[in-house]
Amino acid sequence: MRILYGLYQPDEGEILLNGKPIRISSPRAALTYHIGMVHQHFRLVPTLSVAENMVLGLDEGTGPFLNYRQTHKKISQIAEKYGLVVDPQAKVWQLTVGQQQRVEILKALYRQADVLIMDEPTSVLTPQEVDQLFATLRTLVDDGLTIIFITHKLDEVMEISDRVTVLRKGKAIATVNTADTNKAELAKLMVGREVVFRLEKNPVKRGEKILAVDDLQALNDRGLPALRGVSFEVYEGEILGVAGVSGNGQRELAEVLTGLRRATGGHVTLEGKDVTNRSAREIADAGVAHVPTERKTMGTVPSMTIRENLILKSYRQPPFSHGMFLDNKAAEENARAAMKEYAILAPNIDTAVKVLSGGNIQRVVLARELSGDPRLIIAAHPTYGLDVGATEQVRQILLAQRDRGAGIVLISEDLEEIMTMSDRILVLFQGQVMGIIDAEGAQIERIGLMMAGTEEEKK
Amino acid sequence: MGWETWIIATLSRTLAYGTPLLIATLGEIFAERAGVLNLGVEGMMIMGAYSGFVIAYTTGHPWLGILVAGVVGAVFSIIHAFVSVTLKANQVVSGLALTMLGLGLAGVLGRGWEGLPLFTPIHKMTVPVLSSIPVLGPILFKGQNLVVYLTMLLVPVLWYVLFRTRIGISIRAVGESPATADSLGVNVTRIRYLCVIFGGFLAGVAGGYLSVAYRPSWTQGMTGGMGWIVIALTIFAFWNPIYGLLGSYLFAALYHLSFRLQAWVSPELLKAMPYLFAILVLIFVAQGTLKKKMGAPAALSVPYTRGEE
Repeated sequence: MRILYGLYQPDEGEILLNGKPIRISSPRAALTYHIGMVHQHFRLVPTLSVAENMVLGLDEGTGPFLNYRQTHKKISQIAEKYGLVVDPQAKVWQLTVGQQQRVEILKALYRQADVLIMDEPTSVLTPQEVDQLFATLRTLVDDGLTIIFITHKLDEVMEISDRVTVLRKGKAIATVNTADTNKAELAKLMVGREVVFRLEKNPVKRGEKILAVDDLQALNDRGLPALRGVSFEVYEGEILGVAGVSGNGQRELAEVLTGLRRATGGHVTLEGKDVTNRSAREIADAGVAHVPTERKTMGTVPSMTIRENLILKSYRQPPFSHGMFLDNKAAEENARAAMKEYAILAPNIDTAVKVLSGGNIQRVVLARELSGDPRLIIAAHPTYGLDVGATEQVRQILLAQRDRGAGIVLISEDLEEIMTMSDRILVLFQGQVMGIIDAEGAQIERIGLMMAGTEEEKK
Repeated sequence: MGWETWIIATLSRTLAYGTPLLIATLGEIFAERAGVLNLGVEGMMIMGAYSGFVIAYTTGHPWLGILVAGVVGAVFSIIHAFVSVTLKANQVVSGLALTMLGLGLAGVLGRGWEGLPLFTPIHKMTVPVLSSIPVLGPILFKGQNLVVYLTMLLVPVLWYVLFRTRIGISIRAVGESPATADSLGVNVTRIRYLCVIFGGFLAGVAGGYLSVAYRPSWTQGMTGGMGWIVIALTIFAFWNPIYGLLGSYLFAALYHLSFRLQAWVSPELLKAMPYLFAILVLIFVAQGTLKKKMGAPAALSVPYTRGEE
């Protein structure tokens, strides 16, 4: 897909457009072929206005000068035609994620794209915003546009596409008409074997209360309220799923619970002890494991070896250290055992973590965090960006921890993950709990509404 | 000396001294807006001062001297562009090296030229009619040279280029989010080179102004740390040419007061002002929406590699 947009060059093979072979040497060339792209991480300059983002890199025949009035007019025309309303003069950083995506689509249309490549466009949207996006895409297709929709969510494939191509390890495995296929078949093509959709899950054995969060409040990085009175409880042997659209307080919640962010109000009680605003080390020592969102920046030190990363939490105690000296032998044994137990694929234990794949880095994180049988596990987006096989393994590991009796807070934007893994589901919206419902028999529509701000009665 | 004459003299000198600061600051604003921090301003200025003087002295044409000073500054800045944009090396190290290299090189080359008087400097001029306006006339239109006016004129022009033209949008996009600019067909490398070279040209011109117009002679180290004040001013100006003008004249005024007020205020303290203000600005724009509105370009001093985010 980056090749189609001219960011990378193919080593072999050719690209045909309307039957003619073309070479896309740069994004500018892609533009001349009317190929537009909406990246997963938006390609917008936050400090520029919507209009300025539109004309960036374009030559509209006015030389170096800009005709703002004409640009605004053109934007409104396209916007009205496809229901993509935004203020052309607004700065991009002032817009919501959904609006920014609209700007991205507008930008491609402003550049007269005939082919629109969309990379995981729904990952940042609420179910309602997804519906709106799909409606827009349908109008575009009716208007003669070709859309390439890249996603790993099978439901979306079935809903929006006419034809599907399945890619696996860089190869096109098959192309089928959507009408002639179903989810199970596509999943099989993706993984190369049958996939169990329902994870085998033992019935929940709820034990003692481990974590009690009461009226928790915290600020985000910009100093605005991110958590506004969050209360919930977690028990032994259960998974509490935290659902919500990205940026509704999930990150701040995980950080407050692990001691990385100050709570400005409320209490966090761990097994009867008040641990509000204790340091990350104290909380970790109290038996809380943290599988952070950013596995490369928060979860590991990428330039250090697997051996070193595995003892980052316990290097201060025997057997890994004696006084001020590290015990390399103990660390080595520990690393060998962990690589075997968690099936970490790497040349050896002294391989730098940065050269590992995402799945293997996550295995290193899990091996470290789950050693010493933690009481409570805070897992934020544990399968984000992992392939299907690694995802399944990570989920199995977490379920095993649950069956062992650990309490787990699972924060995820992947609703399917929340639905299959959790015993109870908490929905966050703008830093408030919209409701906590049993996962058994929960309807996705209901959760979607809560994610968009409809409050439920609390259980 | 009456109060009025005193104020007029101070402000008049302020314009003269603020001009080289302003020229070099405008250049650095462009380089930093494109995401390249160039700490080599001092080095490029001194090279400009030296070469400008030599050309003006040997040919008798001061304007040719200024032009050559700019070209030398531009050529000199290519070193920084190559090291930091093409080789993606640390911009701080490369910029510092440029300053050291410039000071050393100009010192060696300039040995035989020291103390020679320049008989053909850029002359001070008096604008007819306008100079007879009370107070403003003697400040603005008497005893200044053409460079002062051209520089003032350059400010709105560069502001317009940066904020109201296609190339300006490209420059700001490259400094804020090079990956975005790249994906929209903007040549990041080219924009960065152009901005660094433009910055080098203006730094060279600023140096040339010093040796050909402000103090028509060559002395070693005659830039006297001006290049560092320029770095601070670029921050103080919120990377905006208009504020660059205000900042340059403000500090030129402080600089002069430091001589005139020696008896009352320590001149060292007044000379430290630009840096103090730069720190205050950095604190002021460190957080929240101000950072987005007026803060440093997001990709400042970050080399860009395609596909690496």
